[in-house]
Amino acid sequence: MKSLLGGAVSALVFGLAFGATAAQAAPGDTLREVKARGELVCGVTQGLDGFSLQDSEGNYGGLDVDYCRAVAAAVFGDASKVRFRPLSSKERFEALKSGEVDVLARVTTWSLSRDTQLGVIFAATNFYDGQGMLVPTSLGVTSAAELDGARLCTNTGTTTELNITDYFRSNGLSFELIAFEKSDEAASAYEAGRCDVYTSDASGLAAKRLTFANPSEHVLLPEIISKEPLAPAVRQGDEQWLNVARWTHFAMLNAEELGIASGNVDQILEEQRALAAGSTGNQEIQRFLGLGDDFGAAFGLPKDWAYQIVKQVGNYGEIYDAPRGPGGALGLERGLNALWTNGGLQYGIPVR
Amino acid sequence: MTASAETPSSGSSRSSGSLLYDPKVRSIFFQVALILAVLLFFGWIVLNTMANLRARNISSGFDFLGNTPGFQTVTTLGTYLMDVSGRAITYLDVLKVGLINTLLVAVLGIVTATILGFVIGVFRLSNNAVLYGFSTVYVELLRNTPLLLQIFFWYFAALRAPWVPDARGKVSFFWDNFHFNITGLYGPYPLPQTGFGATLWALVIGLILTFVMRWWAKKRQDATGKQFPIFWGAVGLILGLPLLVFLLTGAPLRWEAANFVQEGPVLRRGFQKGEGMLIIPELIALWLALSLYTAAFIAEIVRAGILAVNKGQTEAAHALGISQSKNLRLVVIPQALRVIIPPLTSQYLNITKNSSLAVAIAYPDFFSQVQISLNQTGRAIELIVIAMLVYLTFSLITSAIMNYVNSRMKLVER
Repeated sequence: MKSLLGGAVSALVFGLAFGATAAQAAPGDTLREVKARGELVCGVTQGLDGFSLQDSEGNYGGLDVDYCRAVAAAVFGDASKVRFRPLSSKERFEALKSGEVDVLARVTTWSLSRDTQLGVIFAATNFYDGQGMLVPTSLGVTSAAELDGARLCTNTGTTTELNITDYFRSNGLSFELIAFEKSDEAASAYEAGRCDVYTSDASGLAAKRLTFANPSEHVLLPEIISKEPLAPAVRQGDEQWLNVARWTHFAMLNAEELGIASGNVDQILEEQRALAAGSTGNQEIQRFLGLGDDFGAAFGLPKDWAYQIVKQVGNYGEIYDAPRGPGGALGLERGLNALWTNGGLQYGIPVR
Repeated sequence: MTASAETPSSGSSRSSGSLLYDPKVRSIFFQVALILAVLLFFGWIVLNTMANLRARNISSGFDFLGNTPGFQTVTTLGTYLMDVSGRAITYLDVLKVGLINTLLVAVLGIVTATILGFVIGVFRLSNNAVLYGFSTVYVELLRNTPLLLQIFFWYFAALRAPWVPDARGKVSFFWDNFHFNITGLYGPYPLPQTGFGATLWALVIGLILTFVMRWWAKKRQDATGKQFPIFWGAVGLILGLPLLVFLLTGAPLRWEAANFVQEGPVLRRGFQKGEGMLIIPELIALWLALSLYTAAFIAEIVRAGILAVNKGQTEAAHALGISQSKNLRLVVIPQALRVIIPPLTSQYLNITKNSSLAVAIAYPDFFSQVQISLNQTGRAIELIVIAMLVYLTFSLITSAIMNYVNSRMKLVER
């Protein structure tokens, strides 16, 4: 029982019971703690291709991992000063609340109840996902409307089981929900034939399908039954740290919008530095790279915070299409995650 | 003399005069102070927790138990008894479903682990090399591997076995009454008709009569030395009497068979939900894993218990002309049980607590329902308090029963 519970829940219960009331995060606390510690602790998945996965040498890679590195680059000017803490879906919020991690970048869906009831707050959507359904091609099913009477495998502790229940109930379809603690077992049970459908976030399904013995025997149904804005979260009460988490993502978006990538950022910086001396050049880029006013100081970061993010990690398009990102590892199109200028939803808030 | 006689009396009168030095008052004072300190400590914990929860904007309280959960639980005995389909359910119902499922797997596990454990334990003492070898390998293998691993092993072994048909197929046995495929084991379900109550009453009367018979037989044996076949009498009263009433009332029991459909939409084929009896593979795997694992420990306890009975006891019984079977039943086993029962209680407690590993393979036991509710409501403290209280209650009830059995078994000292 104890082992299943995970240390995080007991840590929270213990912390709430014995901790002093003043322990709530106040503006500035988190950044000060992170700087004093000398490294960022980032909560990630226990292994999800495209988002956070360890390779055979123990190196982490993926979209969420690169996001964490970007936060470290902004804070320390060194993207390597980050420690990853794998979390199960049910211990994630407790780990964040108890201070075990500074940022939770763990394919977590942003929702009203989570924003208001859990003592956490979401920073920015770094991946627009939706819940999909994986079925064996042998069933000959082409649409979710044909799923009446289906047995569904899913994992607990997510919005997934709520969405699928909503969907089947509102469409008048009967179903049987078999909820596993972990997605690995849910996927194995589905692959063995215990269920007709395996449902999870579409990105997760694409990742899981690659691990099956015969990926081509399974097909993703066209229906996307939910909005799953996956967003990094921080503790409530520390608006400064919330800004750090939020603007790290916006910086990567702005970099892509401005055409700045890790490969050309130094060249652009030099060009703009020369132009800035004569008060000309692209003002947006100059502000972004810290050539004009110091925007970083207002939230406790160095002046070149955005430059460090792009230089050491890259812009959003780069980390999306990186070999271990959702584009590279899973072959997922940008889709909703394209920049707004390309018909997507990713929109960089202006730096000014 | 007088001075020495006076000193203690004057000393005692002085101490009774001053409450500060009265040992009785002092001990009461310290006990009250300790209780107050403990109460204050726990009161501080509760108040501090509540203050922290408020300060962090975390909602708390038990009001969520009346809310409607947005998820569904897989069909099990719990969902059947709580009748969750087709009505608005609450989180309280979700927890009750889990409670029933935990009780089910715990009782099943305790019964099978005990039977299997006794058999393997006796095998461990066998002179037969095959039986001895088998039981030794069994105990060493199952006792020394983690339970969670064994649960996964049985679960995925059952799901992936090549002879298990998929959800659209079936294998039937026992004259087409029982079937299985990957979705579980199907069988007929008994539906009591009007008049079945008489059979249940006959069972109750049979049980009462059995106790009366035992009392009478013992009295008669004490008086005359004549023995009465209690076992066959009990079989007749407990099984025979209800059976007779059942047949006389016209067998008021209908068996609802599992319904297997081969036509229609592909997902509607296979066994139909809610018809017949279904044992899901998650329950089978958990039951199997818990029983086999705990049986290995019980086998060692039984072996130790039997070895603890001095060989001289058997020799003495034989010298008195007591037969081999009576020697086991009246001499060896009662003494062995005295050694067996206390550690056996721990194993029963372990089964109940280990059943919380069910969440890993999607069996909706109590702890798994707590975890799902915890995730959807975020009421970590409330739900964990409920879970702790429930498991504590389970454990205390189990211990109470086993302590009663133990007190009946222990040496009657004069």
